[in-house]
Amino acid sequence: MLGRRQKQEKWMLLAPAMFVLALITMVPLANTLWLSFTDTRITAIAAPVHFIGLENYIYALTDPDFQAALYRTLYFTIVSVGLEGVLGIAVAVLLNQPFRGRLVLRALIILPWAVPTIVNAVAWRLIYQPDYGALNSLLYQLGLISDYRSWIGDPSTAMNMVILADVWKNFPLVAYVALAALQTVPDDLLKAAAIEGASPWKRFRSITLPWIAGPLLVVMVLRTIEAFRVFDIIYVMTSGGPADSTKTASFFIYQEYFNYLRSGSGASYAVLVAGISAVLILVYYSAAKRQAAGGTA
Amino acid sequence: MKAIKKLVLGSALATLAMASTAMADTTLNALFMSQAAYSEDDIKSMTAQFEAANPGVKVSLEFVPYEALHDKIIAAAGAGDDGYDVVLFDVIWPAEFATGGFLTDVSDRIPAEYTDEVFEGAWTTVEYEGKRYGMPWILDTKYLFYNTEILAEAGISQPPKTWTELMTQARQIKEKGLVEYPLVWSWSQSEAMICDFTTLTAANDGKFFDAGEPAFTTGGARDAVAFMKATLDEGLTNPASREYFEEDVRRVFSNGEAAFALNWTYMNALANDPKESKVAGKVKVVSAPGVEGKSTASSVNGSMGLGIPANSPHADEAWAYISFLTQKDIQDDYAKLSLPIWKASYSEPKVMEGQEDLIAAARESIAVMYPRPLVPSYTEVSDILQKNIHKVLLNQTSADEALEAAAERVKRIR
Repeated sequence: MLGRRQKQEKWMLLAPAMFVLALITMVPLANTLWLSFTDTRITAIAAPVHFIGLENYIYALTDPDFQAALYRTLYFTIVSVGLEGVLGIAVAVLLNQPFRGRLVLRALIILPWAVPTIVNAVAWRLIYQPDYGALNSLLYQLGLISDYRSWIGDPSTAMNMVILADVWKNFPLVAYVALAALQTVPDDLLKAAAIEGASPWKRFRSITLPWIAGPLLVVMVLRTIEAFRVFDIIYVMTSGGPADSTKTASFFIYQEYFNYLRSGSGASYAVLVAGISAVLILVYYSAAKRQAAGGTA
Repeated sequence: MKAIKKLVLGSALATLAMASTAMADTTLNALFMSQAAYSEDDIKSMTAQFEAANPGVKVSLEFVPYEALHDKIIAAAGAGDDGYDVVLFDVIWPAEFATGGFLTDVSDRIPAEYTDEVFEGAWTTVEYEGKRYGMPWILDTKYLFYNTEILAEAGISQPPKTWTELMTQARQIKEKGLVEYPLVWSWSQSEAMICDFTTLTAANDGKFFDAGEPAFTTGGARDAVAFMKATLDEGLTNPASREYFEEDVRRVFSNGEAAFALNWTYMNALANDPKESKVAGKVKVVSAPGVEGKSTASSVNGSMGLGIPANSPHADEAWAYISFLTQKDIQDDYAKLSLPIWKASYSEPKVMEGQEDLIAAARESIAVMYPRPLVPSYTEVSDILQKNIHKVLLNQTSADEALEAAAERVKRIR
């Protein structure tokens, strides 16, 4: 154990880092929290600010449009992170097999993730373009559709199309983390299981997956947080349309702040969204703890 | 006495000297849009002319899509001296920008005689509560463009005078199989759709607000939405219009895939340019039609002005630049993509040459330009209308229900 002096030293060494951390995270957070209880507006002149208690929160929580935006965000998060997980693991397992050209493929697969979100969004918008987009052309030539159709202009498909673009961009991250984890799975364990007659699926389910669960969880938490605050891809691809069908919580906050200039009210929406993200993260952590406690079962 | 005079003279000279040194090394940051109206090339060449005439003053130009313009202006307000010195702003923002103190009041800088020399509709672009927050620059409205070849093949000799007539002609064209969808619009969930909606509302003699209360649930505004929906239901409007912006409208029309299109001035020159268009030489333009018994033509005020953000440290130089860009001579020289704000320009041979039909249409349209609601919360009102009208166009709800819902939501605005 550390002595008294060493303890002091430890805090002294930590102090600068903690000070900077507090400055860049705690101050804005406290400021946002304070804003959310006021009627502050963005102006270029000094305007009176009033403390209005919970009014912003009551307005936000009774706003059906915001509730709808929250559900949409949840849908986006669950579906896109879910697909990224499945696709990521599948690709990682494939890339973990020895075959010719594996190295090239491993390098190629990271490309979508390396593309900036804005570029990705613009590219997919062109792919979905109703008159000359590649998707229509492909499906038409395969005989799967008889007429060119609108993809992100149709509220019944728009959200899923945005999700597809997001999955394409982000699954490589999951795949890479999973691939790294897969390389630590002990080969002899898998061989022993194979000799015992365990099917490939059973081996994957009972040995591989629990083995890589830890790193996988980290990347899934990361992706969940990112997905929950999705903004840029929506802004570029659909701007929340058609008929609000892709308007997510972050987009809502952005509008409240920068379009309607109500920073007080916008802050309350932001606090609510941050709160929900915190809950999601807690769920993941408790799952991780249970996983660790339960061993490889 | 003499000493005082000397002192006054001296300080005046000193001020002058300071002013000229400030003028000598200044870089102005100017924000423009790269969409409709003047092209980037036009603005660059006007700016080069200004720089040549004002040695020492440089202008750094930034072009953003229209959709980003509002937020850029707001965000830069907190940038202190590093913000913009000149910004392009839309007719729908002065109320909001004036109440928030984002733009400098320039009423005193504008010469009194300008008031009569510039169109009334142009002035509304920069005015709020009797003050002026900039100089109007782009005097624009949506015109009806038509493809003369398609109309001739359908046996139509005159472009439509009313919206009902437009529908009849569109039906004729569709029946003859000349194009699948005779009409194309910018009906994405955006301000572009509200401009078309406003044009149709003006034609139907409708109102957005009456004594501060939403009035768009009945009358002309409701008829406008019903009309939009009807053209979709009949297959006269290209269904992809529901995700189009102005540039998409231009592309579809320039490909010869539509007989009629509503768009801004800039499309006239581009749709008639063989490099940009397959229908060059077959494009004519008229004022947007009216509605029998209610109007003879319709038009939305889609003008834009140039202003000085409140945090600009170079207001004088900025004003010099704005005055340069908005002067009649410059506007007359660049009158292909955007028309001048000056009444006298419309009889200038160099403005009229080669675009006589556009000038004729402009004379008619400018006289009936209809404003979108002039309220500080306009952005939110517009968003609410966009969403609800879009729902109607996408068959999710009826016009009555949607407009009722929009009115309820507008009343909730804080």
